[in-house]
Amino acid sequence: MTLLEAPGAPSTKPARLVDLFEFGLDSPICLTWELTYACNLSCVHCLSSSGRRDPRELSTEECKAVIDELERMQVFYVNIGGGEPTVRSDFWEILDYATEHHVGVKFSTNGVKITPERAAQLAANDYLDIQISLDGATAEVNDYVRGPGSYATAIKAMENLQAAGMENFKLSVVCTRYNIPQLDEFKAIADKYGAQLRLTRLRPSGRGADTWDDLHPLPEQQRELYDWLIANGDGVLTGDSFFHLSAFGEALPGLNLCGAGRVVCLIDPVGDVYACPFAIHDDFLAGNVRQPGGFAHVWRQSELFQELRKPQSGGACTSCQFFDTCKGGCMAAKFFTGLPLDGPDPECVQGYGEELLKAAKGKEKSAPKPSGDHSHRTSPPRPREGMGPVQLTLTRREDLQRPPVNDCEPNPLAGFAAQLASEQESAS
Amino acid sequence: MTACAVSTKNTSTLDLNQAWQVHPQVSIRPEPFGALLYHFGTRKLSFLKDRRLLEIVQVLSDYPTARQACDVIGVTETELPQFQRALATLRDSQMLIEVSV
Repeated sequence: MTLLEAPGAPSTKPARLVDLFEFGLDSPICLTWELTYACNLSCVHCLSSSGRRDPRELSTEECKAVIDELERMQVFYVNIGGGEPTVRSDFWEILDYATEHHVGVKFSTNGVKITPERAAQLAANDYLDIQISLDGATAEVNDYVRGPGSYATAIKAMENLQAAGMENFKLSVVCTRYNIPQLDEFKAIADKYGAQLRLTRLRPSGRGADTWDDLHPLPEQQRELYDWLIANGDGVLTGDSFFHLSAFGEALPGLNLCGAGRVVCLIDPVGDVYACPFAIHDDFLAGNVRQPGGFAHVWRQSELFQELRKPQSGGACTSCQFFDTCKGGCMAAKFFTGLPLDGPDPECVQGYGEELLKAAKGKEKSAPKPSGDHSHRTSPPRPREGMGPVQLTLTRREDLQRPPVNDCEPNPLAGFAAQLASEQESAS
Repeated sequence: MTACAVSTKNTSTLDLNQAWQVHPQVSIRPEPFGALLYHFGTRKLSFLKDRRLLEIVQVLSDYPTARQACDVIGVTETELPQFQRALATLRDSQMLIEVSV
């Protein structure tokens, strides 16, 4: 998140916004709402382990009730994601409902439903912004992470948006070991389609926990990324996700603060409210929008969020000279790599996180697993526990002399013999 | 978040003797520290770190000049230049627009 420098308000003590935000806001600034766990893709780094729809997902009416509440709370806009939100058949209806009720929408999509017709419809709505996900500037690099054909789908969607006159939509890239050498190419793609580039950090959340070791940027690439971000400045959005890189020196534009439960949170497809989109785990579950009091109650009253808004201890990081800018990094990244929350980020640019990870390797304690898994069961094939041939033996029920008579049996004497037999039995 | 940092350099002064109003596409949300302003057109977010500045912004369109609005909220003559600068910043990010006569 980047912020508009506060107007030089006359104030005796110039409080930094970061300090004010640490105590939370009446309503979130940046709310992520995942509409469904269903997805046509199976990206190997999916934060929410999406694939299959959850039968408990919020209904259309429940979604509209959430929007009514967001309108009352003056949440200016929501970031809708998933899963792939556009595969919900009521997605367009929910979108229109939100923008009619003064809740702006920015939604993330892999582009699968962005046809020329949809693109025209989207371009006509001023309260809409779209984010196309692409994790490689070439099909080879992208499809390795997002699956075969996903590069072509995203490019086609961008062509359609551009042709429809949609301006300044976002091209969203999760930075990995394989695409950091392509940063300039991503910028060129964004420029070509009149889009704005948005780079975000890979998190070891969801399926990302399984692939993090292979995908996360190498230490020297962190520096490359930092230099690139500094050179490109405000023209590139980052969702404020690289504040751990600020420890290289100059702070990056943005809040430089973990906003979990303070300025951001996540509503998941079944209405569960988590502290942040990267922390789908029971430890960060604050409540559910279906509970009495709804979302506002969870945001304002939940114990977890109250706790997150208290001043946090820097723990092992307090003595580091960069603590004031990096604030110990990303809570979710620490959690899912098994590091203590009051210690360094696993990708701490001073190398403190790596030292801890090395020390922890081979020890009994393993990193926590995400609470849910909605991954497709067949693609990509993943080993699962408890699967294999079903062991069963066919036997007869001992209390039945013969199979029960089918209700559709046309023979009028069906079952007669059985009844007779039982009468005889009772007579004897 | 799509909000962008806005340069406060080269800000020209705001005419306090003009009538100003909040842009119709701007939504204001009071917060404990002041307020948040969001412009649905530019998709930019702005923070007001001062309660009195918020009050001025809220009543701005009720008065024929910005000077009068500041006066009503109790801004003194010595404080006025600071508020004038703050309002100019809001105008530069299109949060405020001149009321056409």
